[in-house]
Amino acid sequence: MSAGSPRLGRYVLNGAAALSLGFILLPLIFVTWLSFFRQEIPSFPPEGYSLQWFAAAANNKSFIDGFVLSLQVGIVATLIGLVLGVPASLALARHRIPLGPGVSTLLLLPLVMPGIVLGTSTYVFQIEVELATEIPVMGSLGGLIAAHTLVVIPWVVRLVTASLAGFDRTIEEAAQNLGAGPITTFWRVTLPSIRPGIVAAALFGFVTSFGNLEMSLFLVGPGRTTLPIAILQYLEWKIDPTVAAASLIQIVLIGVAMIVTDRYVKLSRVV
Amino acid sequence: MARLSISHLKKSYGDFIAVDDVDIAIADGEFLVLLGPSGCGKTTTLRMIAGFIPPTAGSITIGERDVTALPPWKRHCGLVFQSYALFPHMTVAQNVAFGLEMHKVPQAERGPRVAEALRLVRLTGFDDRYPRQLSGGQQQRVALARALAMQPQVLLLDEPLSNLDAKLRLEVRVEIRELQRKLGLTTIMVTHDQEEALTMADRLVVMEKGQVRQVGTQRELYEKPADRFVAGFIGRSAFLDGEVTAPGRFRTAGGLDMVCAAAAKPGPATLALRPERIAVGGEADGLPNRFTAKVEHASYLGALLDIQVALDEHDRMLLQIPNRPGLTEPQPDESITIGWAEDAGLVYPRGA
Ligand SMILES: Nc1ncnc2c1ncn2[C@@H]1O[C@H](COP(=O)(O)OP(=O)(O)OP(=O)(O)O)[C@@H](O)[C@H]1O
Ligand SMILES: [Mg+2]
Repeated sequence: MSAGSPRLGRYVLNGAAALSLGFILLPLIFVTWLSFFRQEIPSFPPEGYSLQWFAAAANNKSFIDGFVLSLQVGIVATLIGLVLGVPASLALARHRIPLGPGVSTLLLLPLVMPGIVLGTSTYVFQIEVELATEIPVMGSLGGLIAAHTLVVIPWVVRLVTASLAGFDRTIEEAAQNLGAGPITTFWRVTLPSIRPGIVAAALFGFVTSFGNLEMSLFLVGPGRTTLPIAILQYLEWKIDPTVAAASLIQIVLIGVAMIVTDRYVKLSRVV
Repeated sequence: MARLSISHLKKSYGDFIAVDDVDIAIADGEFLVLLGPSGCGKTTTLRMIAGFIPPTAGSITIGERDVTALPPWKRHCGLVFQSYALFPHMTVAQNVAFGLEMHKVPQAERGPRVAEALRLVRLTGFDDRYPRQLSGGQQQRVALARALAMQPQVLLLDEPLSNLDAKLRLEVRVEIRELQRKLGLTTIMVTHDQEEALTMADRLVVMEKGQVRQVGTQRELYEKPADRFVAGFIGRSAFLDGEVTAPGRFRTAGGLDMVCAAAAKPGPATLALRPERIAVGGEADGLPNRFTAKVEHASYLGALLDIQVALDEHDRMLLQIPNRPGLTEPQPDESITIGWAEDAGLVYPRGA
């Protein structure tokens, strides 16, 4: 028993890991499989295989427009998130900020807040702003990007703070001792050292923004549809594998982005 | 290179005084070592010179320039960090070139100066390595080359050898000293390794609890320690507590009367004796202070024998006698005669 129990423990652990992994991968596997079915109404077993749904997805104008918008919003929101989040992380990690722990919780909050709640509150907030200032925020591209920035920031703050925690500040002092002022020191020494955290934050922030549905639903204006919304709208009328094909394309794109990123910075080390 | 002078330098953290009224003047090209027990304020002093800690009071002058209010990047003093602090994302050559770039040295001049600095520390050919691809000793030398390349006015070393193994430490010690002499660098090195300090320094500064206890050469510190702390910190001393009863007379706590230097003022005092100044056996004949002592413990150290003796139940002391053929170490409880000259002991007033 005493010899058997560590091994038993390992079996249980591996089993649990395999089970969770399967639970995560199963939908992906089904989506992939489904996207190659020939028939329009998904049923098992498939009647045959074809690539027609990929063509359908690639030719669907609302998917293309949604993809372009999601891409734009994702990129801009990520950039703004970095510009706001990196200095915030630096300030939180290095200076005694009044209510510091409270501020960092606040910055991380959008990550744990249910999307619907976040969407509703942003929606109400934007209406209030519009009423108060008469600037048309509601349904504007700016409003959408601002909301998406909100879900990017937690990733930036979390990952950049983590890289700063392991950062040896004496190398900044070394730079200053060699004649570099604070700004040069930041660009030449601090930033390169926390780059893995920043790259990872940009990637995860972008993916989060790109896939966001709940919040966007409240905020898109007429004629402005993100890809997840376009997919949802399509699903209201049809359930053919076009959606599966579009999803697979997205999964592949994100997967490729991850692999490419991982070549430059080991994601497993920062996340 | 330049002179460096520190006057009335003080740093306090709340009620705690880390560095207290430190005054040091370092001549051009001098190698000064700051020595003292852990927590005595050595690093704090060095970091104030480099500009990383603002002094509470006092001033720092490099050459003719008062740098007290200047930020670190304008002080032009090369600091070698204890942890080396190399830039991990830059190659050796980029690390060394960094200071040159910051000081706007023209591109064409940088290559040769980097090569020269690397040659000085004997790392030619390591240009394209990253710090993680170097051994500790090599990293240490890159850190030195990086500081040297920008031709600093003063070189500051904070325990630069403490991460090296014993053998490498001996080698690098010599290398640094030779380089410093060759370049005529005004240098302050911090260490708490006494041997390192004694072998490298032109002059030493002994610090304790934030204060300078004594500044002097090795010989001055060893032969004329300014106070009881220095007498115990530099080399070894036997201490006998007691009082000066009259000029030139000292009585131990155990009631033994001794003669000592006449200058000592009457009052509670401590007599410090260097172990090698105490004669044993026949050699003690004719000395003014002669006592019979009981051996408590003797250790064989090769060139020397260390002997711990008791004069009475209050007064214990350490002797060292040179080993010679045929000498056997005394056994515990054996009685031996010891003696010393009146000027062998140094008297420090107690209670100060
Ligand atoms: N930021 C600080 N706040 C409060 N006290 C400090 C601070 N920095 C240093 N000290 C105290 O000042 C004293 C001197 O520190 P310092 O680092 O100069 O010692 P040191 O002589 O270099 O010691 P070591 O040989 O251990 O490196 C120490 O007692 C330390 O606890
Ligand atoms: Mg120190």
